[in-house]
Amino acid sequence: MDGKGQESGPRGILVLYFFIGFTISVIIGWIIFPKLLYSQKKQPIDFNHALHVESVAEGCESCHFFREDGSFSGIPKLAQCIECHESAMGENPEEAKFVEEYVAKGIEVPWLSYSRQPDCVFFSHAAHIKMAELECKICHGPIGESEHSRIYEENRLTGYSRDIWGKNIAGIKQNSWDRMKMDDCAECHADMGGGRKDACFVCHK
Amino acid sequence: MKIDRRGFLSLGVGAAAGIVVTPLPWKLTDDLSIWTQNWPWTPVPADGEKAYAKSVCSLCPGGCGISVRKVEDRAIKIEGIEGHPVNDGGICILGLSGLQTLYGPTRVKQPLMRSGNRGEGRWQKVDWDTALAEITKRLAEIRKAGQAHTVACVAGSDQGTVPQLLKRFLAAYGSSNFIRTPSIRDSYELAFKTMQGSEASAGFDLFNSDFVLSFGSGVIEGWGSPVYMFRANSELRGKGKIVQIEPRLSNTAAKSDKWVPINPGTEAVLALGLAHEIIKESLYNKEFVEKYAAGFESWEDAKGQKQKGFKDWVLENYWPASVANITGVKPAVIHELAVSFAKASKPVALCGRGQGNTPVSLFESMAIHALNALVGNINQKGGISAVPFADYINWPKAPADAVAEAGLQQPRIDGAQSDPFASRYLLNRVVNAAESGKPYALQALLVWEADPIYTLSGSAAVKAAFDKIPFVVSFSSHMNETAQYADLILPDHFYLERYQDIPTPLGMAVPSISLSRPVVKPQFDTKYTGDVLIQVAKGIGGNLAEAMPWKDYEQCLKETLGDHWDKLNAKGMLIAEQYQPPAWDKAFKTASGKFEFCALTAIGETVSIEGDKESYPLTLIPYDSMRLANGFIGDPPFVIKTVSDRILKKKDIFVEINPETAKQYGLADGKSAVLETPRGSARVRVNVFEGIVPGVIAMPRGLGHKAYDKFLAGKGLNVNEFIGSVEDPVSGLDAAWGIRAKLTIA
Repeated sequence: MDGKGQESGPRGILVLYFFIGFTISVIIGWIIFPKLLYSQKKQPIDFNHALHVESVAEGCESCHFFREDGSFSGIPKLAQCIECHESAMGENPEEAKFVEEYVAKGIEVPWLSYSRQPDCVFFSHAAHIKMAELECKICHGPIGESEHSRIYEENRLTGYSRDIWGKNIAGIKQNSWDRMKMDDCAECHADMGGGRKDACFVCHK
Repeated sequence: MKIDRRGFLSLGVGAAAGIVVTPLPWKLTDDLSIWTQNWPWTPVPADGEKAYAKSVCSLCPGGCGISVRKVEDRAIKIEGIEGHPVNDGGICILGLSGLQTLYGPTRVKQPLMRSGNRGEGRWQKVDWDTALAEITKRLAEIRKAGQAHTVACVAGSDQGTVPQLLKRFLAAYGSSNFIRTPSIRDSYELAFKTMQGSEASAGFDLFNSDFVLSFGSGVIEGWGSPVYMFRANSELRGKGKIVQIEPRLSNTAAKSDKWVPINPGTEAVLALGLAHEIIKESLYNKEFVEKYAAGFESWEDAKGQKQKGFKDWVLENYWPASVANITGVKPAVIHELAVSFAKASKPVALCGRGQGNTPVSLFESMAIHALNALVGNINQKGGISAVPFADYINWPKAPADAVAEAGLQQPRIDGAQSDPFASRYLLNRVVNAAESGKPYALQALLVWEADPIYTLSGSAAVKAAFDKIPFVVSFSSHMNETAQYADLILPDHFYLERYQDIPTPLGMAVPSISLSRPVVKPQFDTKYTGDVLIQVAKGIGGNLAEAMPWKDYEQCLKETLGDHWDKLNAKGMLIAEQYQPPAWDKAFKTASGKFEFCALTAIGETVSIEGDKESYPLTLIPYDSMRLANGFIGDPPFVIKTVSDRILKKKDIFVEINPETAKQYGLADGKSAVLETPRGSARVRVNVFEGIVPGVIAMPRGLGHKAYDKFLAGKGLNVNEFIGSVEDPVSGLDAAWGIRAKLTIA
């Protein structure tokens, strides 16, 4: 038998097999894996940031304020919402739902936080907003302009929001607010400090 | 299509090559590492609103300001408050681990009534109504039987509203037997009283001293207000000197400028030896001694008899050669030390061994205080001052009915305050009194923030005395040794759950009030001891109810603090910033109006310890460490973890001996030995250590608990079990600084 003849046919097939394997992996890695990795959750109430920002006096800080001791209040508690929404102010069905299910019953809204960091990180809003005078947008993006709450995507392995790694599964970012991993903190801390490097214990207390 | 082996491999290689050009491996690696941080069995605080609550730590009398990080109502971390006058951001290891005492398993979760034998650990859980009915009934019965004076109370402090309420309750009930647990406070108060005529606690301006002469005081071992003293110690670096006189190379000695090893228990003699040199060289402060002190020079009394003054007494009796003989400190060292102390511009001498949790003899505290007087640093910058007790509690006198009056006529069970030289409180004598039933048998004992069964020397005798008291009530938040031995436990809220006023921290030179505020809500079914007293008083009725007119303890505290309440809630601590210690011409309230050296020459010698030299050739002394809490609260798990394995290895305790002693008795480092004292014997391990004078065995205080959790109980030995109480014949205080002992190969 002719060895050469035997080899030329299968070689083409082997290359084909290689590409089939390659393609399947690429599809899995880029398309299926992200879908499997994240579960999707809806916020309990579809919140309209744009509408709220329009009707309050002090922008973001009207609801996301600093307490007297300098700590940051984060997502507002029911008590704050009630200051305006004791009863429904408009005709929006989401507001009606909010009043009926939470205000009337006195239950806190189980908001899903897009930006929650692990417990090992100590983050002070005051240091960034008051002292470094950063805009909220730098980290949180133009969320104040949103009219609807985005779907909250939770990493099934880690339990953290997809916003931490970023929407882009490859971790590529275009805006400063696209990711919230340690490298993203470090990038800014290295830039602003004039060559200064902040030590681990600044954040990992 | 059939896939052969090569085809399959090809597919696999393709898949592998494909996967590395996707983010999957990198993303998955990252996620897996985060996943490992979030295993459900790893305890992490729940998510929630984060906040800080400020309060004051009351795990010891130090009074540090603390800031507690919280998530919702869960306390997460305790930190020192920066800029706080006591600790300025610092915190000690116990304070840092305070959350384990709050949430740990040794809390008493609800009122408990003993159902088994004493100390057996069998309890019946009862509700507060039942518990209060029980204590009310028992106390009412004793009172009705005309035995009101046979009720006593032991408390960790006599300052602040809770101790004052206890005192008031007893007074209206008909007993004067309020007793504070012993400490160096007793010795200082008595020295001030006898030499200066003032009722005050000791304050030290160490931040401004330039020469600290410490007679065994563990400046960085927890003496005084611990973190305040750490700071003072750091502040002194470079600008002043610390000389540590101690038989053992403690941390304080190791960090000092000079360590002077001394034979244990001879500190007073060395102090007078130094006084001899200061007087001989005429280095004392002439202005102070001549104008503001009495009894320095010899004098003729009213009957024309010659009385020997301090100067002649010291010059005759404390020659360096004879002092060296007793103390083991060479005459040249004594001379050099005396001269450098007297020549310093702001020298101060400190008294109280280790953390100062045991008193010293009045002779010792006076001898050391006399040194301060000689160099004229009393009420001076960088010196020692008599700090007046807080004066914000101004309740009218408790009304007394016939029973109360009859009860208050009876002598105190401990015979304290009976003569000018006797201490105000003598808990050590309660042990003998309870045991012998003289002057009368104790019918009931209330214990608040104290653990006498663990902390008093001669633990076995203390237990035996407790056996004679029919009704023991503990207010402890934790199942400590004394709570274990009680008949009824009425758990108080613990320090992070309650309001509490804290007067001037020990050792601070300016009067102050601090307010502990609740950081979290009470974790268990506990109750303010103040509320218990108010309710029991109402239950007994009559003048007791009148004496406690408040609705509850918080109202009592709020009314008592008056204008201070709002300020304290905002600031946490109020300091009398304008306070200046009085000038010398106004400072002394003695008969002569001067500082009285003669008080010292009138009293006897140092206290010798139990045991004879022939049977027990060595001396056992206890030592203190910041890593071993030894008061009414034991080490939490984090703290016991930090104890070196040269002190505690598994369950074995190490005692320190000098290589010379080891050689003499054939003992080798790390090996087991049997320690024997007149009070008991046990197996220990030996740490052969250059930093201890020959002939002495040093054992850490704070181990050998029988109560608490598995992290602490049964580890090592309680040194108090091996030391017998030795009464100072002058003050009545237990001035035992050790005991004779022997060590043999096991």
